[in-house]
Amino acid sequence: MGFDYSPWLRPEMMPNIWCPGCGVGIIVKSFIRAVEGCGWNRDDTALVSGIGCTSRAPGYVDMNTLHTTHGRALTFATGIKLVAPDKNVAVISGDGDAAAIGGNHLIHSCRRNIDITLVIVNNGIYGMTGGQYSPTSPSETRAATSPYGNLDQAFDLCNLSIAAGATYVARGHVANAVFLERLIKNGLQHKGFAVIEVMANCHTQYGRRNRHPDPAELIQFIGSRAVPAAAWAKLSVEERSDKFPVGVLHKDTVKPEYTAAYRQIQERAMERARQTAEKHAEKEKSKPVTQA
Amino acid sequence: MSQTNGREFWPGNELIAEAAIRAGCTFFAGYPITPSSEIAAHLALRLPQIGGTFIQMEDEIAAMGAVIGASLAGAKALTATSGPGLSLKQENIGFAMMAEVPCVIIDVQRGGPSTGLPTAPAQSDIMQARWGTHGDHSVIALTPTWPHEVYVETVRAFHLAELYRTPVYVMVDEIIAHTTESFRIPTDEECGIIKPRSEYPEARVNSWRPFCDYFQGKHLHITGLAHTKEGYPTTNPAIVHKSIEHLVYKIVDAQPQIERNFEFMLDDAEIAVITFGSPGRASREAVLRAREMGIKAGIFRPITFWPFPVQTIRDLVDRVKAVVVPELNLGMLALQVEKSAMRREVLIHRVNEVGGIAIEPDRVLATIEEAQRGI
Repeated sequence: MGFDYSPWLRPEMMPNIWCPGCGVGIIVKSFIRAVEGCGWNRDDTALVSGIGCTSRAPGYVDMNTLHTTHGRALTFATGIKLVAPDKNVAVISGDGDAAAIGGNHLIHSCRRNIDITLVIVNNGIYGMTGGQYSPTSPSETRAATSPYGNLDQAFDLCNLSIAAGATYVARGHVANAVFLERLIKNGLQHKGFAVIEVMANCHTQYGRRNRHPDPAELIQFIGSRAVPAAAWAKLSVEERSDKFPVGVLHKDTVKPEYTAAYRQIQERAMERARQTAEKHAEKEKSKPVTQA
Repeated sequence: MSQTNGREFWPGNELIAEAAIRAGCTFFAGYPITPSSEIAAHLALRLPQIGGTFIQMEDEIAAMGAVIGASLAGAKALTATSGPGLSLKQENIGFAMMAEVPCVIIDVQRGGPSTGLPTAPAQSDIMQARWGTHGDHSVIALTPTWPHEVYVETVRAFHLAELYRTPVYVMVDEIIAHTTESFRIPTDEECGIIKPRSEYPEARVNSWRPFCDYFQGKHLHITGLAHTKEGYPTTNPAIVHKSIEHLVYKIVDAQPQIERNFEFMLDDAEIAVITFGSPGRASREAVLRAREMGIKAGIFRPITFWPFPVQTIRDLVDRVKAVVVPELNLGMLALQVEKSAMRREVLIHRVNEVGGIAIEPDRVLATIEEAQRGI
């Protein structure tokens, strides 16, 4: 029997808003299987998102879910994690949400190395608002706001995350959901800030304008460009063009995790406060009683 | 902070930070901005001592986001900022309004627009607090003046936030924030109700969405989208209309319980000085001197600025012959007073200062005398 998603979903929220063939559904299913694979309780898990097609995912998943403002999901998630460090906090975000308006929060979450898992659904376009180019749209992409071809250079979100200090960085894609599930599961289990970029299809807004209007064909095209990280290292610069490495691209288990480090600060501060209070009490005791 | 004879000397910002801790605040997220920064610095020192959490975020928007997340996870959460920072926070403050997330925002006002006067006092954010975010909603904003009042109102802000499931502003200015004064720490009785989050069952009726924090076994969905009573997104016009009315009227209807004003020598007054925040200090001196001169002046100072005490001021205007409005902006309070007075024929004399200096008692007194000559 296949995996039973029903306990993890909110039937009252169905049908979902995504276009038929959209890659977000594949990713949400991988996420659910990964969470269950970790043995996590739905009560103890929070899923946070910003705004956009991808960011509607928490509404469909039956756990503690939060649909915030555009680009700000990581900040809300940081507040949750700091107050409840023993709970599991994950964020799901689109490329425009995470890397454009939320770019600042992305790099600083990486820098902090707070124990949150971020899944970025990178379809290289703003889908919900009508197909405008995003910071991950390849150069010369046709989009609603780049009718003559996109002039910008695309972000490599994995390289960006590694440079900013994330301690688990991986890339998967929608053409291999089993592989993606493993990457997400490892990210969830990693103590520290984990980024999993998922190369995804938006055939409606991206594909339609860029010669890939068929969802199945676009998913296959994405899969055909994926190169395992080990093989990638052996490719020449020419061979790398139009391809991307997938798998775990960076892992660091040495850098301290933020909430654990802050716990130490709390213990130190509480101990020092206790000592000061004791000293103060002693001083009060030894004071000569003055007569009024 | 130093202590002597049961009285203490605290700068205003530290006093606010200590009052927050007294109210049960265990979380602060902020971004450095003058003249509010000492609140963050003091809480960075104090919160870990009580097992609480301080974090300096990467920007003002992030700080507000973290505060909302922390509140949803169960903490009484606080941020502090000033005008430009408040502008940035508006996006997430709107979310907190819509999703009904209790939290407290301290706004230490400085001169604007833009970077304006970073180290000087002003009262330029009072309309921003009311109308800053898009969409219809009510706002609770408290504008205390004296240290004792600042302390008590900061504690009350946390109480109101829990009770009405909403962000609450405490708005002071640079003078209050940076003046170190002798004051007596309020007693439990004076501070009013301090309860943990879990002991606000009456807040249930003030919540449109399900009334519960995260990790309590309810699997809540919380969203900034228009939502049903179950918390799920909806575009049903009837439900959306009702939910927005709820956001507005839960505060409007509670105004009698939220409204708090300070009145001084108003019983027989012919001239009412209507003011708020630090100009209340100069006004006190001016009114005492006016009384010595035989002029019947008194002070009315809204401590709850929003919702604005419209009816109370309308009644007051009926009783007096002239009104003097000192404020550190070019007429934001005066506009509210005019609106409240409606068609009543009362002379409103303004005393305005936007140069980044305090309003001196002499200026208020001169205006009171001018008002006296006019009646």
